Amino acid sequence: MSTATYAGTAVEVDDEGFMTDPDQWNEQIADQIAAENGIDQLTDRHWMVVNYMRQSYLEEGSAPSIRTLGKASGVPIKELYQLFPKGPAKKAAKIAGIPKPRGCI
Amino acid sequence: MSELLEQTESNGQTATADQADGSGNEPIKKVSVIISKGSLEGIYPGLIMANGARMEGIEASVFFTFFGLDAINKSKHENVKVSTVGNPGLHLATMVGGLPGVSAMVTKKLNAEMEKLDIPPIPEFIEMISDSGAPLYGCKASVDLFGLSSDDFIPQVNDIITVGEFYDYAAGGQIIFT
Repeated sequence: MSTATYAGTAVEVDDEGFMTDPDQWNEQIADQIAAENGIDQLTDRHWMVVNYMRQSYLEEGSAPSIRTLGKASGVPIKELYQLFPKGPAKKAAKIAGIPKPRGCI
Repeated sequence: MSELLEQTESNGQTATADQADGSGNEPIKKVSVIISKGSLEGIYPGLIMANGARMEGIEASVFFTFFGLDAINKSKHENVKVSTVGNPGLHLATMVGGLPGVSAMVTKKLNAEMEKLDIPPIPEFIEMISDSGAPLYGCKASVDLFGLSSDDFIPQVNDIITVGEFYDYAAGGQIIFT
């Protein structure tokens, strides 16, 4: 466990840079994490995924599977991979300020 | 049966190779998964490995050969069954495994368990993998052997290829045989 500074705020992150306390998150932090992960501009489509991811984690206590993400976020799987090229579930979770998803699917 | 699920789950996790772990090992960048068996428990592990690779940002492709072709065969992929004969992992008496309806019953139970874990049925899973950008290939030798043609396969199949072409496409990556 260590801390990282995003948008002028110190937040707790794990070894891979996933925030461990979702309450420390805000939209400016999301913008900066996205930029550091190769996504220069978060579009409305990105935000649909990020917000769904976050809401789902806060309600269920775990991140949704890629299958659920594709069905329920409003963004189909093909587009998820275009929006978040290096692994949509993990990247979206990182930007959403929630812990790393642990599922295999 | 839950043991089988745990096994395939932990298999999925071994695909994690997002970043160097400090040991100096190069992260895996590309995998070519071969699926050679036509039973439910023969097909899922390869699909989970391929999908898991894409989720980690690893380039992946899937090559279906021999009875593994059933997974992409339009008329068969919705009816893939657990093999209940000669499958010691099920801990069923061999003669019970061969009784009519047992394979269907075990398959139904396993499918229900997988649905609970949000693991999709084979046709949906293959569509997901294709949508993730992983190409799907059928093995030409097997297609010829079974007297099939490209019309017999689901539209997500990119091509029917020879073994030589498979190795060309797999160049520079890891090959996973299941």
